[in-house]
Amino acid sequence: MALAFTALASLLLIAIFIFKEGIPFIARVGFKDFLLSSDWRPQAGHFGIYPMIVASLLVTFGAMLVGAPLGIACAVFLNEFVSKPVTQIIKPTIELLAGIPSVVYGFIGVVVVAPLIRSQFGGPGLSMLCAALILGVMVLPTIISISTDVLASVPNAYREGALALGATRWQSVHMVILKAGRSGIVAAVILGMGRAIGETMAVIMVAGNTVQLPHSPLDSVCTLTAKIAMEMGSATGAHRQALFAIGVVLFLMIMMFNALAMTAIKKGFARK
Amino acid sequence: MLSRIGLVLGACLSLIVCGCGRQAGTSLTVAGSTAFQPFAEKLAEQFMAKHPDVNITVQGGGSALGIQSARSGVAQIGMADLVELPPEARELLGVTVARDGITIIVNPANTLTDLSLEQIRGIFQGAIKNWKEVGGADHPVRVVSREAGSGTRSSFETIIGGITLAKAAIIQDSNGTIRETVANDRDAVGYLSHGLLNAKVKAMRTDGVECTEKEIVSGRYKLVRPVFLLVQPPLAGAAKDFVDYILSDEGQETIQRNGLLPAK
Repeated sequence: MALAFTALASLLLIAIFIFKEGIPFIARVGFKDFLLSSDWRPQAGHFGIYPMIVASLLVTFGAMLVGAPLGIACAVFLNEFVSKPVTQIIKPTIELLAGIPSVVYGFIGVVVVAPLIRSQFGGPGLSMLCAALILGVMVLPTIISISTDVLASVPNAYREGALALGATRWQSVHMVILKAGRSGIVAAVILGMGRAIGETMAVIMVAGNTVQLPHSPLDSVCTLTAKIAMEMGSATGAHRQALFAIGVVLFLMIMMFNALAMTAIKKGFARK
Repeated sequence: MLSRIGLVLGACLSLIVCGCGRQAGTSLTVAGSTAFQPFAEKLAEQFMAKHPDVNITVQGGGSALGIQSARSGVAQIGMADLVELPPEARELLGVTVARDGITIIVNPANTLTDLSLEQIRGIFQGAIKNWKEVGGADHPVRVVSREAGSGTRSSFETIIGGITLAKAAIIQDSNGTIRETVANDRDAVGYLSHGLLNAKVKAMRTDGVECTEKEIVSGRYKLVRPVFLLVQPPLAGAAKDFVDYILSDEGQETIQRNGLLPAK
């Protein structure tokens, strides 16, 4: 039990530390000037993180557009359309994706995806689109493994019932099974979002890190995590506190995602 | 099995103890600029070979951290590679131990070979948006810069003179990634430490002067920044010995052999 509590205690310590450094800063600069201003010039005393919040959310949303349909489709395929032994080979393989270091994803983004985007669509290549594509692939293991577990837990009687009523296999999947597992799948996607919004290394490498409000997916953007990681090493004084304050914002965002996922899961169980 | 683990642990422990044992003499901590860190490590190694009673630890962290830790006394010597030391470094004693050129780089596909300081300012401020405005092809200019707080960036901006970086500039957080980005993008322009140039990117002349060691030493090449070692005055004891060693012919030669330029 003591061991279990160390994990909890470390979470608590991290939270206290970030909040202790960050909250006084937000209070001093002002909520509005911190969250809603687009002017990030630490040397001149301007700490507006609005473009970075927007960038983080858009990149995450983009990653979900790529990752969620792919992930859910893959989970459905593994659960409903192939035999058990095949699933047992494919699923661990997909989970291997989670073991690839993010710097490798970033590297692939820089040398393969970004030049492709630059030559096909123009723009700098290192862009929101590139980040969303890379993150979309990175969240696949999270989404797939949770969704397959969810689909596997849908009672077999549902499948048999649907088929007995004359539904085709595809009809039974999208009308019955996906509906039954909806809350679990929503939770899978939200946890994937949490993963995407927190990703740092790969994003620094492929997003271009320009602090600006993007006008198109081809513009380069700077996310909250990228900002902290890039400037932590050289930041002092108010600048350093500002980075902690960004940490507070991220912390709250991820907490919110996790809480949403929890409620989604709970709702699902309540219905059954 | 267990006894083998014990043996390994014992070996590790004795190593640690031996390591500590060496600290019997004076110990010196040097921290700061990541650009000068490898040089400082090399110099410290050579210095310690001659003075076994002194133990020098070299840490990175960046120029800002170098200044901060020299002020607070966490490190006896801070390293900073800035053209202009910030006001908080005023109480410290700065010794120039080396110099480093900053080279403007473009993609090898770029036909231009020369940019004036005026043009460089225009490009990095975002006023010049197309290469044809400075005599190149009809392509948009893509500015690549370092992150705020980088010593290279602040030196670059100070020398060029009051740049407010273009809002659309791509930011990369190391010399290496700047080089990679420029090497991959036909329209990109960036800058990096002279010692880190390679064939993947094209070095620009500035105001007609090529960024070579000769031109930097002659003072004709303008984009040069000093590397400072900062100490709390007065400079004395082991810190003075180490600084003197770096400024000696042997120390300066080590610096030059590894890609930086001597102080004088």
